[in-house]
Amino acid sequence: MSTETLTPETSSEPVPYEGLGRPIKGPRALNDDPRRFWHLTYNIARNEFKLKFFGSVLGYVWQVMRPLLLFGVLYVFFVLIAKVGGGGQPSEQFYGVQLLGSIILFTFFGEATSGAVRSVFDRENLVRKIQFPRMVIPLAIVLLAFFNLLLNLIVVFLFALISGVTPMLSWLELPLILTLLVVFSTGLAMLLAALFVRFRDISPIWEVVSQIVFYGSPVIIPLSKVREALLYPKPPKHETSFDRFLHEHGHLLYHIYMLNPLVTVFQQFRHAMVTHATISAGQALEGWLGLLEPVGVAVATFALGFWVFNRSAPFVAENL
Amino acid sequence: MPQLASHSTPPIVARSVSKTFRVPEERTHTLKETALHPLRRTRHESFSALKDISFEVHRGEFFGIAGRNGSGKSTLLKCLAGIYGVDHGKIWMEGRLSTFIELGVGFNQDLAARDNVVLNGIMMGLTPREARRRVDEVIDFAELREFEELKLKNYSSGMHVRLAFSVAIQVDADILLVDEVLAVGDAAFQQKCFDVFHRMRDEQRTIVFVTHDMGSLNRFCHRALLLERGETVHLGEPHEVADRYLEINFGREANAGGSGDTGEGRGGDGDARVLEAWIEDEHGQRPASLPQGQRIVLKALVRFEVEVEDPAASLYVLNEDHLAIVVASSMRTEERSGRFRAGEEVLCSFAFENVLAPGRYNPLFTLAHRGTGMDLIDRYEGAFSFVVTGPEAMGGAVDLPVEVAMSRAESGSAREIVL
Repeated sequence: MSTETLTPETSSEPVPYEGLGRPIKGPRALNDDPRRFWHLTYNIARNEFKLKFFGSVLGYVWQVMRPLLLFGVLYVFFVLIAKVGGGGQPSEQFYGVQLLGSIILFTFFGEATSGAVRSVFDRENLVRKIQFPRMVIPLAIVLLAFFNLLLNLIVVFLFALISGVTPMLSWLELPLILTLLVVFSTGLAMLLAALFVRFRDISPIWEVVSQIVFYGSPVIIPLSKVREALLYPKPPKHETSFDRFLHEHGHLLYHIYMLNPLVTVFQQFRHAMVTHATISAGQALEGWLGLLEPVGVAVATFALGFWVFNRSAPFVAENL
Repeated sequence: MPQLASHSTPPIVARSVSKTFRVPEERTHTLKETALHPLRRTRHESFSALKDISFEVHRGEFFGIAGRNGSGKSTLLKCLAGIYGVDHGKIWMEGRLSTFIELGVGFNQDLAARDNVVLNGIMMGLTPREARRRVDEVIDFAELREFEELKLKNYSSGMHVRLAFSVAIQVDADILLVDEVLAVGDAAFQQKCFDVFHRMRDEQRTIVFVTHDMGSLNRFCHRALLLERGETVHLGEPHEVADRYLEINFGREANAGGSGDTGEGRGGDGDARVLEAWIEDEHGQRPASLPQGQRIVLKALVRFEVEVEDPAASLYVLNEDHLAIVVASSMRTEERSGRFRAGEEVLCSFAFENVLAPGRYNPLFTLAHRGTGMDLIDRYEGAFSFVVTGPEAMGGAVDLPVEVAMSRAESGSAREIVL
């Protein structure tokens, strides 16, 4: 972070009084005291969590019910009726658990990013009245979503054990999987919160984009289906131009599909947490080195989000 | 005014602080607009909110920032608070800061008072433990014990402000920045605020106080800064600042004389007309504002249309509440003023010591036929107004020179308080 760029012409001026420290820097994304930063983030998230908990009659039940209801609907229509993923192949073992896990992880992604879009804007009364590190706001949203994720994961584990999933050593990979998810989501949260202050239509755009991401990552449609269609297309009886397109560019499309860090997150969750019958993210990326691509995308998103938010933080109070 | 011990390192130092807001003429808020017109750059109008402001505030000082609406005083306070960054110049702030800006400190309406107080304490730099320890003090000070579990959206605005102010003063700040706190709250709570200010001043805390109430400026501040259109007009004693403030505030509108026949409020039979009326100070000048304590003369030029015998000229000086503060008439001094011919012009003057309380006044002249004074010839009002400046508005309609004394009664003798 550059702090000296604002006042080049006065930087040579001597300090008017002895014993004065450094001049104040105005509003920023971060502050010098990480503990205060953490206390703030944690307490804002905790208060929001409490509000949800005590705000309605059934309170937290709704928080758990939402993904469960979505799971129920998707399971009935896609798995039971449309036979997506329920075909009885080995990789479709415990398909319900795979589906629920992915939904829960996606719910985190959705809450963290969509919640962050309006977050700074909605907290105008804080931003315009108190000096505090601005980054606290989107991060508190991510933290709140993370609280929810942890609670929802308990449900997933119960469901998994009931379904007959046996505990595996690879369950220890969960923190790594969640880290990748959190880094990517946080990057987008920072980016969206900063952009929304300037462009109000980020909000509807993001709604659409997250829908695309939902269907464009292995939540409902298993990765094996995507691989089949893109990498090993069977010659159809009546070849359409779309089939030809897939045939010619399948590998490129697959590559693009796999760049999305969420694909890695969901697939590795299915592999490590539910059943080894599904391929691991590493296998899907043709080797562990291939993992560098989605991880790189997540880290780059984080860096971009941080940079954009950091740059706009000093002016947020004025531009609201 | 209380004297201050000077310390070498002031807790607040501002050096050539400037702040410019870029106000887009047409704000593009949507990507579509930007995408459709990628080359058309939004034209921005620069608005200089602060221009080259320098000052320092010493430890234990109560520093006022005064100015009219839009003069930049709140912007300056926000720059000091670190809410806005400055474009040029530097600000040094030493010590823990607490801010009370625009009637609130950023509460969450859905949370109970208790949670809000804790959150706010943390925002202002307390650890969660410290913040929780202080909650009771804050709630007690705000006198909201019965309502501590109530959500803030159910609070009245007065309760809201009380809570906000209590939070701001309870964080043990070395520097308190306060914006317009006295505009709200009932008299009892205002008094409580003032008591706190006094206590903080005694504890060598530093307070910066934005106001346009010159009374409290005079009462509390050691020094004050007057801003107008983002520039320093005056930096010095509060009473000087208050005088200049009133001048700026009323100076543009108040003209020292006028011949305007407003047409309204004009009554009487028209046997004579007031042609012009104006005000003069003791040097015969026509000032825009008049300091207390000097001699002022209100003059009216009258032209008689027909012959009138023994007319009576009267002056009413009305304050902003339309109360007649001064009433004077020639009937008292010379009942038989003489016979005036048609076409004659006569100058009536009313001179008095200016003991009026600071504020704006409207003079009203009447001319009446001999007798009760009810038989009006002309009535002349609203042609001009004038402004009286003074160190302090005590609240009375006039500031008579009063000798005030409190002497200790000798034991056994009668208690004597001369007022």
